[in-house]
This record gives sequence, structure tokens and C-alpha cells, in this order.
Amino acid sequence: MTESAANTHAEGIGSAAEPTRRDFIFIATSATAAVGVAAVAWPLIDQMNPAADTLALASTEIGLDAIELGQESTVLWRGKPVFIRHRTPEEIALAKRDDSLSASMRDPALDADRIRQANGDAGKEEWLVLQASCTHLGCVPTFAAGDYGGWFCPCHGSHYDTAGRIRRGPAPLNLLLAPYVFLSDTVIKIG
Amino acid sequence: MSGPSTYVPGSAFERWLDQRLPIMRLAHDSFLAFPTPRNLNYWYTFGGILSFALVVQIVTGIVLAMHYVPSISGAFASVQRIERDVPFGWLVQNIHSVGASMFFLAVYIHMLRGLYYGSYKAPREILWILGVVIYLLMMATAFMGYVLPWGQMSFWGATVITNLFSAIPVVGDPIKLWLLGGFATDNATLNRFFSLHYLLPFMIFGVVVLHIWALHVPGNNNPLGVDVKSPADTVPFHPYYTVKDAFAMAVFVLLFAAFVFYAPDSLGHPDNLIPANPLVTPAEIVPEWYLLPFYAILRAIPDKLGGVLAMFGSIGVLFILPWLDTSKVRSMRFRPLARWGFVLFVGVCLALGWCGGQLPDKAVYQSGRYVQTFEYRTAAGAIATGAISARTSAELERRAHAEEARIGAAMITMHASVAPFQIKVVQLSQMLTLYYFGFFLLLLPILGLIERPGRVPDTIAKAVLKDAATAERSA
Ligand code: HEM
Ligand code: FES
Repeated sequence: MTESAANTHAEGIGSAAEPTRRDFIFIATSATAAVGVAAVAWPLIDQMNPAADTLALASTEIGLDAIELGQESTVLWRGKPVFIRHRTPEEIALAKRDDSLSASMRDPALDADRIRQANGDAGKEEWLVLQASCTHLGCVPTFAAGDYGGWFCPCHGSHYDTAGRIRRGPAPLNLLLAPYVFLSDTVIKIG
Repeated sequence: MSGPSTYVPGSAFERWLDQRLPIMRLAHDSFLAFPTPRNLNYWYTFGGILSFALVVQIVTGIVLAMHYVPSISGAFASVQRIERDVPFGWLVQNIHSVGASMFFLAVYIHMLRGLYYGSYKAPREILWILGVVIYLLMMATAFMGYVLPWGQMSFWGATVITNLFSAIPVVGDPIKLWLLGGFATDNATLNRFFSLHYLLPFMIFGVVVLHIWALHVPGNNNPLGVDVKSPADTVPFHPYYTVKDAFAMAVFVLLFAAFVFYAPDSLGHPDNLIPANPLVTPAEIVPEWYLLPFYAILRAIPDKLGGVLAMFGSIGVLFILPWLDTSKVRSMRFRPLARWGFVLFVGVCLALGWCGGQLPDKAVYQSGRYVQTFEYRTAAGAIATGAISARTSAELERRAHAEEARIGAAMITMHASVAPFQIKVVQLSQMLTLYYFGFFLLLLPILGLIERPGRVPDTIAKAVLKDAATAERSA
């Protein structure tokens, strides 16, 4: 570009009072290009989201016969572990006793809410069906290791009670309920 | 400081090439004739060592990728196959996994060197910031690489780290889903981590080029922190520093080789030799040693979002460090207070690393014992009291049960136990975290204003060659 051409050009841009047709074309072109870039970027970003087959809500049916009193079974649902716990009368009593403290808990909930089925029906006291991922950073807690009779997460020390409510440690929420319903007295469906 | 080029093409071909692509000129001016302060010590050899380490990771990584199977059903077995069956696979795999540790060892020394000699101060702010960008990319690369063998630590490390993002309000959970590509750490996660683990080292390479460019504009800082003022302050890079770098690199490779051949797995965690199992979390999850200090900071804050912010913040402060340090004096050699602050800072980082590898509830310090008192009915029917004590609560519980069994559960009433004063790993981590941030956010800004620095030499040459006359002659 020669010096004089550069000068003319600079004046064209610089004269703020009178936008030229060229200014308009510049702005319109840049805007179109920006929209184009965004339109191409989005598919490249969105492809990382869960694919349709992953999203298709898988559901699992589980027979409860095999799970004895005081035991729990860990099953996979959507690739994540779920606890199905057959609670003893002592565990249930402990959970109900602490209902009175629920207002002061980090994530207040009554025992009855913790066993509720996905369709809103009341659950059965002896069956607790929870997502087994610690709400802190996703480890699987172990039962009967904490200070509240329930689960303890070894990763960063979260204590859950026998209703899966968070009582101490860094986790912000109670163990999430797994959406389940009773198909019969001894079979549940998760998802 | 780069000054006019001193390149003289040696042959007709070089002259021909120089007029078309002056690449030999660039190499000559950057790595042979480049005027370099004459007083660089061995702490300055780590930049070269890091470039070497990056090339080692890229070469061994490309070889590993020829045999590695990026799927949850094949990954673990393919890494085992590399170690057992592929010709020299054991060597390449060991170099790559030990290499990651050596890379971080070198980068930590390199960064602390910069911190001590004030290399982040004007006019080297961009140079420092590019370094922090490289460090971030390295952490991302190493994290994703550690996931690839698909052992227990791989799986649970990936789960815990991606869950960090779910701490962000509102957008946290969608971000986590997006990173994982599903509801849990799974095949989609492993595949994308492999793809990105392959990509990031080349991005690091690109930023390293910028880093060296940004270095060659103002030139090297040096242990005195004094600007280069005349040619007497410098020597050409070659042969002075090519030889010094080569010697340091040879020593570094000795250490590297000692690990590769005699203790290749000592830097990793044995749990990663158990195939990934989404149903069982290992008893304790620990990251690789080089990430432990940040893990300790994460756990020091008993709140999910707070912990995550503190962890990212601990690297974030490095970005603004050039504007936090108010002292005009670069090198801490001449800063009597900052110098001790630095020594303590190094100690704090090491201690944080130690904390990161311990269970958070473990007691670091305890004064006295756990005590439990109880009442019981003697055979004669009288009420008596007794007491037991133990070093740990588990031991106390065991003794209490033994006592119960001896006297008979019906005859005994246990009182609540009394715990001794304790400092736990979490609390220690909290104190250390406080100093980590305090060093950057309080100490460096304030010290620069109140500290009386020592006498800084006028020129490098004067300090190095005790009398200026000698300096003149040698120049
Ligand atoms: C910045 C440089 C790099 C770092 C810090 C790094 C780090 C790591 C780490 C820590 C592992 C896990 C090793 C183990 O636990 O056994 C790993 C594995 C792996 N890396 Fe890299 N890496 C780098 C560059 C590369 C490059 C450039 C490639 C390929 C082009 C690559 C390909 C692989 C493969 C295929 C594995 C899985 C096999 C195995 O575990 O040995 N890496 N990397
Ligand atoms: S993942 Fe459970 S406490 Fe951190």
C-alpha cells in the first residue's frame, strides 16, 4: 500500500462524523463472519454432550429377594452405582429419631421423603434406594464407617446417616434418590 | 537486547537459503550468538531440561499411541501388553510414565527459580504468564494421561476431578455432563481424554515457542536480578551455556534413568494396577505426587465450592504475581525479609504435598490420650468407677469393648469419652493454605514497601569480576 493510499484510508476510518459505505460493509461482513464462526463452533462444542443412546434413559429392574436384612446391593444405573439397602429396624429407628434434627441439617429431609418412590407414592421403610455417588466429588461411600451409623465417604470425609442425609464433611447434599418404583412387593424398577 | 544479527552464511547454499528462509540466521542468533548474562547458575539449566522432557514425552507418547487401545474394554489390557509383549514396550512405557514426574520436578524447580530471582517482574511479565499457561496445560495433559491406563486411580481420579466442575452454581452440572459425555465416567470420557492427551502436548510446544520468543526480547534475568548494561555483562550462549546445559541435562538423565530402570512404578500408586471398577472406590484416592499440594488445598476448605475456588485460585494468583510484588529489587538475594518468606513458602508447598497424601482426619499432633470413664457394679454389689485411655479413638473403643466383656455389659455404664487436643491433617492444611495465599496476597505486596533491600551491584560484570578493570580488559 502506498503512503497516500494509506492516508486516504486512515481518513476514511477516522472521520467519525460521517460513516462511509465502506464502514458499513466492513461491519456487515464482520458480523456475518462472526455468526458463521459461531454456527460452526456450536456443533464442535455440542458433540461432546451425551449422545442420544447415552441419554435414552435406561431403566433396570431388580429383584429384592436376594438382599438380606442389613445388607445392601450396589447396581449400575446409567453407568453409575445405586445402593439398594435393606434397612434393619435399628437403622430405621435411628433415621426417624434424627427426623427431629432435620431442620438444622445441611440438606433438610425427613426419612419418609428419603424412601419416596418416583411416582410420589410412599416407599417401604426397610428399602432405601439411593444414588451411590457422594454429592461432594462422586466417590462411592462405604456403609457403617461413619459417625452417624450410615455411610462414610473415604475420599474427603463426608458422613451420611442411615437415611443417606449428609451430616458432616464437605458434601453439600444428601445422597440423591434414585428414581424407583415398586413393580411388585419384591421387584423395583430404577429409571 | 537481541541486537543486530551476527550471522554470516558459511557457504553458497547457506547464502541462497538465507535469502529465502533465514532459518539458520534465526537459530544462530537465538541459540549460538545470543548474548546471555555471564553469571547464570545451574538453576538456569532447567529451561533446557524442560524442552528435552517435552520432546521425550512427545516421542514416547507417539510410540505408545501405536499400541494403546482407547476403549474401556481394551485400555487396561493394552497397557499391560505394552509393558509385557511389545518389543521394548516396557522401556517406552516406563520412560513416558516416569517422564511425566521428571517433567514436573523440573518445572517446579524452574518456577521456584523464577520466583526467587524475581524473573516475573517487568519487563518479563508476559514471559512469566506464558509459563503459567504451560504449567496449566501440563497439569491438564498429565491428568488426562493418567486416566488412559484405566486403572482404579485413573477412573476415580477422572470422576473426582470432573465433579469439581459441578461445584459451579447453575452451569456446573451441564459442564460436568459435557466433559464426561455421559452421566458417569465412561467410554466417551476415555476416548476424548485420549484425543486431548494427544493434542495438548503440541499446544504446549506452541506456547513454549512463544515463551522463548518472550524470553529473547528482554533476554535472561540472572541471579543478581541486575539488567545487562554492556557487552561485558554477557557471554555468547554457545559454547558457554550449551555446555553448561548439556552437563546439567546429563545429570538429570542419570536420575531419570535410575527411576526408569530401577524403580519405574515407585512414583505411581499401586491401586492403578487394579482395573477400573465403577462400583468400588479405593480406600483413599490420591492424585500423582505433583498435584498433591493442590489436592490438599482443595480438602482444606470444608465447603465444595470454596474448596474448588481455593484450588483454582492457588494457580490464579500466579497470573497476577507480577503486579502483587511491589519491590523494585528483583533478586531475593538482596531482599533480607522476602528471602525468608520464600524459604518458608517452599517448605509450605512441600508440607501441603505431604498433607495431600494423608487421610484428612489423621492427627498430626496430639497432646495426651483419649480417656473414657465408666461405672460398674462389683461382685459385692457396690458401685465403683474405672477409667481407660488410649492413643487413638479406635484403640479406646477396642479397650472399652474388652472391659465390657470382662465386667459384663449389664453391669457397666460407659460415660462419654474425652478426646485429647489434636491438630488434624485438615487443620494443618488450612494453616498452610493460609500461608500460601498470604505469601502472594499480603507478604509480597507489603514487604516491597517496608523492606530495606541490601546493596545491589551496579553491573553484573562488576559483581562477577571483583574489579572493573579486569572486566574492561576481558571485554
Ligand atoms: C506434556 C507431555 C505429556 C505428559 C505430561 C504426559 C503424561 C502422561 C501420563 C502421566 C500418563 C500415564 C502413564 C501411566 O500411568 O502409565 C500418560 C499416558 C499416555 N500418554 Fe502421555 N504425556 C505427555 C505427552 C504425550 C503425547 C505427546 C502422546 C501421544 C502423542 C502421549 C500418549 C500417551 C498414551 C497413549 C498413554 C497411555 C499409555 C500408558 O499409560 O502408558 N502422551 N501420559
Ligand atoms: S467425594 Fe465424598 S467426600 Fe469428597
